Amino acid sequence: MKRRGRPTTYSAGGLVSRGLTHREWPPAWRRHDLQATYDVVVIGAGVHGLATAYYLAANHGIRKVAVVDKGYVGGGGSGRNTAIVRSNYLTPEGVRFYDRSVKLYERLAADLNFNVMFSQRGHLTLAHNDGSLRTMRWRAEVNKLEGVDSQVISPDEIAELVPFMDVSADTRYPILGALYHPPGGTIRHDAVNWGYARAADALGVEIHQNTEVVGIDVEDGRVQGVRTTRGHVSAPVVVNCTAGWASLVSELAGVRLPISTHPLQAAVTEPVKVFLDTVVVSGTLHVYVSQTDRGELVFGASTDPYPSYSMRGSLEFTEELAGHVLELMPSIAKLRVLRQWAGLCDMTPDFSPIMGVTPVAGFLLDVGWGTYGFKAGPVAGEAMAELVATGRTPEIIAAFDLARFQDGRLVGEKGAAAVGH
Amino acid sequence: MFRIPCPHCGLRNVSEFRHVGEARTRPDPHTATPEQWRAYLYEQRNVAGWSVESWYHGSGCRQYIGVERHTVTNETRPIARAPESGHAAAGSASPDAGAPDADSAS
Ligand SMILES: Cc1cc2nc3c(=O)[nH]c(=O)nc-3n(C[C@H](O)[C@H](O)[C@H](O)COP(=O)(O)OP(=O)(O)OC[C@H]3O[C@@H](n4cnc5c(N)ncnc54)[C@H](O)[C@@H]3O)c2cc1C
Ligand SMILES: [Zn+2]
Repeated sequence: MKRRGRPTTYSAGGLVSRGLTHREWPPAWRRHDLQATYDVVVIGAGVHGLATAYYLAANHGIRKVAVVDKGYVGGGGSGRNTAIVRSNYLTPEGVRFYDRSVKLYERLAADLNFNVMFSQRGHLTLAHNDGSLRTMRWRAEVNKLEGVDSQVISPDEIAELVPFMDVSADTRYPILGALYHPPGGTIRHDAVNWGYARAADALGVEIHQNTEVVGIDVEDGRVQGVRTTRGHVSAPVVVNCTAGWASLVSELAGVRLPISTHPLQAAVTEPVKVFLDTVVVSGTLHVYVSQTDRGELVFGASTDPYPSYSMRGSLEFTEELAGHVLELMPSIAKLRVLRQWAGLCDMTPDFSPIMGVTPVAGFLLDVGWGTYGFKAGPVAGEAMAELVATGRTPEIIAAFDLARFQDGRLVGEKGAAAVGH
Repeated sequence: MFRIPCPHCGLRNVSEFRHVGEARTRPDPHTATPEQWRAYLYEQRNVAGWSVESWYHGSGCRQYIGVERHTVTNETRPIARAPESGHAAAGSASPDAGAPDADSAS
């Protein structure tokens, strides 16, 4: 039986009553048998697949949708990222796109009735040399033209915002300034995944975990359906939202991508009293830091220097990371690393995503999310749903098509996305 | 840390090397269509399995070398034939070396 409309509301009253009666909460989404046909099959239950399914149902009334994942909801990058959300990119196309996502994130908790803990605490990208300072001025101007709050600030202003940072001139990489982006911040990534899954489920979307796609049927240049470990499904539209595994899934449909998969690692420390209420990124030192509400410091870096599908953490990473973090914040030397992990990133040559149609009709891409795709979940889902529903590529993603590599129209975002995800 | 078999220096830590790319054949610039050229520039097989790659031994013999690596486990093994140097130095690996892993993508 299908439930339609809004899921069970979470409210203070509900919390009190369930607390007193010990009644179980209903599962946030249901299990189903796999049906023989769907209007749309979405491969990958990360934020991109789930958001696409949610907006298909919510904005376009397309509800006969299956989201299939070989693992579990949020088991890919969407549950492994460091949850930075921002829109201070370098190209106008990029800025417009990510800004729409920030806007959607701002009202997402209300839309999904799920607390996604979006904290717009401000985002700082440090410049340690003239080259980066120049790129930051450039970014600030592009951002302002697109109506995004973004400015270059001085070391004194940085010291005020980030009390523990070493802004003195006698360090190895003195800080010359920073790009300051007040609306940037962090979000609770699991909550976003679960919120989308729950809201999509309530609208009739089926979420199938432990269902791996092992084949994609194409006839006369049209997609016919997918073969999964739980059976065959036919569908006129198949959307590839598999990020780090995107090449493998596309290859099943005979579409080769300009993507290589790199591991990206991150780590958190033991929790300490909250002292850092901004996100700080240093491209030169290959490191970024934020603090969670629980007090853990979250550290990230750039990807491992060679492609791999291995999701193991490495000692080299932790050593290098610790060295760089201490150059920025010498006073946290006594903190211990609590855990470290890795996820897979689908890197493109221009650090921009690949979205839209392919040479195989009905086989659509929402991939190439590299190290920066979590923040794009809402806007990508919204745009992909519109593409499926109308058959036309929305303006906001037009620049990110696969054909740009043929036509030489790359959207170079390396300067804004290589380290600061 | 895994190790890479350098034909000149033996087994060395991966941190001594720079990953250059998948081995691929450069099309003839005089006859290649734009599609072939772009495919050569950008497309990756990106297999999850054995892959023939070009690496640069920057902290060793400073040669471009060919090596076979399993991209899931990071096991490595030497390849039978060394890549042609001139081509590899251009940044993209050995000619015609796709053969050993040609079927691992499907
Ligand atoms: C350590 C780290 C830090 C990051 N930090 C940030 C950040 O701060 N900000 C930001 O915006 N981004 C960040 N990212 C990037 C971000 O996590 C990803 O770009 C984003 O989560 C991709 O979402 P997705 O839904 O496209 O893919 P994923 O969440 O990776 O989901 C893909 C899903 O596809 C499934 N799948 C794969 N193959 C198959 C198959 N054959 N059949 C069925 N299912 C399949 C997988 O099981 C997986 O669940 C970070 C990534 C990492 C690893
Ligand atoms: Zn050597």
